[in-house]
Amino acid sequence: MHFSGLRVIREALTGHKGWKPLWRNPEPQPAYDYIIVGGGGHGLATAYYLAKTFGRARIAVLEKSWLGSGNIGRNTTIIRSNYLLPGNEPFYEFSMKLWEGLEQEFNFNAMVSQRGILNLCHTDAQRDAFRRRGNAMLLAGADAELLDREQVRAMAPFLNFDNARFPIKGGLLQRRAGTARHDGVAWGYARGADMRGVDLIQNCEVTGFRIDGGRISGVETTRGYIAAGKVGVAVAGSSSRVMAMAGMRLPIESHVLQAFVSEGLKPTIPGVITFGAGHFYVSQSDKGGLVFGGDIDGYNSYAQRGNLPVIEDVAEGGMALMPMIGRARLLRVWGGIMDMSMDGSPIIDRTPVEGLYLNAGWCYGGFKATPASGYAFAHLLATGRPHETAGAYRLDRFARGYVIDEKGVGAQPNLH
Amino acid sequence: MLIPHPLLGPRDAQEFTYLGDAALLNRPDGMAEGAEAAFAEYVYLRDNPAGVHRELWFHEQGDRSWLVVTRDTTTHEILGAELARDVKLKGGAA
Ligand SMILES: Cc1cc2nc3c(=O)[nH]c(=O)nc-3n(C[C@H](O)[C@H](O)[C@H](O)COP(=O)(O)OP(=O)(O)OC[C@H]3O[C@@H](n4cnc5c(N)ncnc54)[C@H](O)[C@@H]3O)c2cc1C
Repeated sequence: MHFSGLRVIREALTGHKGWKPLWRNPEPQPAYDYIIVGGGGHGLATAYYLAKTFGRARIAVLEKSWLGSGNIGRNTTIIRSNYLLPGNEPFYEFSMKLWEGLEQEFNFNAMVSQRGILNLCHTDAQRDAFRRRGNAMLLAGADAELLDREQVRAMAPFLNFDNARFPIKGGLLQRRAGTARHDGVAWGYARGADMRGVDLIQNCEVTGFRIDGGRISGVETTRGYIAAGKVGVAVAGSSSRVMAMAGMRLPIESHVLQAFVSEGLKPTIPGVITFGAGHFYVSQSDKGGLVFGGDIDGYNSYAQRGNLPVIEDVAEGGMALMPMIGRARLLRVWGGIMDMSMDGSPIIDRTPVEGLYLNAGWCYGGFKATPASGYAFAHLLATGRPHETAGAYRLDRFARGYVIDEKGVGAQPNLH
Repeated sequence: MLIPHPLLGPRDAQEFTYLGDAALLNRPDGMAEGAEAAFAEYVYLRDNPAGVHRELWFHEQGDRSWLVVTRDTTTHEILGAELARDVKLKGGAA
């Protein structure tokens, strides 16, 4: 089934009887060449590129719940490539370029909207840091513009420019950044993978690995044993639990991050705006809801819900930045469990178990990485070598002293 | 969350800062054989369990004591709190 404008018109004229489910619901086969554990954004994108770009066959994605039930359907949908460090920026810019062609690539409307991200600065030192970051972005082929106060005012006149404590001095703007429909991204990759023969197996939790002589031979699941040549794990907030079944301890703590949406309002926020003096970021969905968030709760959690102090903190950040938000009513709050790594950067690597690969540590920024993460993980699984943009994301970098610490806060996951 | 402080009674978790797994009390011996590997593990690797977790909280806005709090990471239920000093003197957080 190919989606196009013509198709929409034809279906409209014939009572919408021709639409089909986007993917099959197959029974697991006894064996696959590649098994991807986790049917979130990264797992589905991995299966898609493995089948499409690398032409591999006999692939299954095993998801313990329904596709997209994890963080891919819980995030605040921001996509950007505005990192500083050389281990990160080329990877995120590669992801940004994949986003730009994504909807044509997988023939699905993921509502990729390059409405821009504006990071505000409130001190001279912060402006200097932004100038440096913007230059690092330009060097990696991304776009960046440093705005002064009046340019920011022209874009977003509703901000609190004269806050005595945190006056707005300017901002770093990446115009090509923006938002995408998170569920649409999962569905587009799922459909594209299914069309190329990937078995997407839902309600199938991996409960153990079978390892013979240091080599993976398959996975135990709630739907029986499934043999596999190679296994790639992409389970986000569950990384430590799943890899413990292979006898590994990870440089990861699981934490809860909350997200917030207001009632629907008329268009008011032009793109994504982030507060530089507290942790608060906001955008507006196409339905009109203000989508915003802030800090993680800060303690280990698998509860998929957070507590009130962070809700208050986020609300205070919003009031400090744009007092008009006090008039909006909060509609929903929810949480997701993320794998916070020890340096705030991800891992895409092989493991000490031959044939077992790991994609983890995405913290609160893994949505924007979805296309590149899937591509790079598929590259690693198919060729045995890291993708050129993901070579720094090694599992042993911590012991070797090659951490990628954007914030420079050290081995303290709740500060990244 | 309310933390049952052994000296001060129930205190709001907001008064505390969170460090992480109480295994951080068990610092390896820097002079021992294999200290480099032991420190890489100590600094970077965590059990990160889903369920009962023993963890270090610092009463920063209070009496500035370090506590070992036992908490269920799947429900946020707090099961107990001890002074970290007592735990350490009893032989660490096994
Ligand atoms: C509130 C919130 C806001 C966020 N905002 C942003 C943002 O604005 N921009 C951004 O870039 N990132 C954001 N993120 C981060 C981003 O959502 C995640 O980093 C990313 O989605 C993680 O990758 P994933 O999509 O593969 O994860 P998930 O969708 O969580 O996929 C992992 C899957 O693995 C499955 N699984 C777990 N254990 C097993 C098992 N044993 N067997 C089988 N399957 C299993 C889970 O059910 C789950 O479906 C946010 C996260 C949260 C929680």
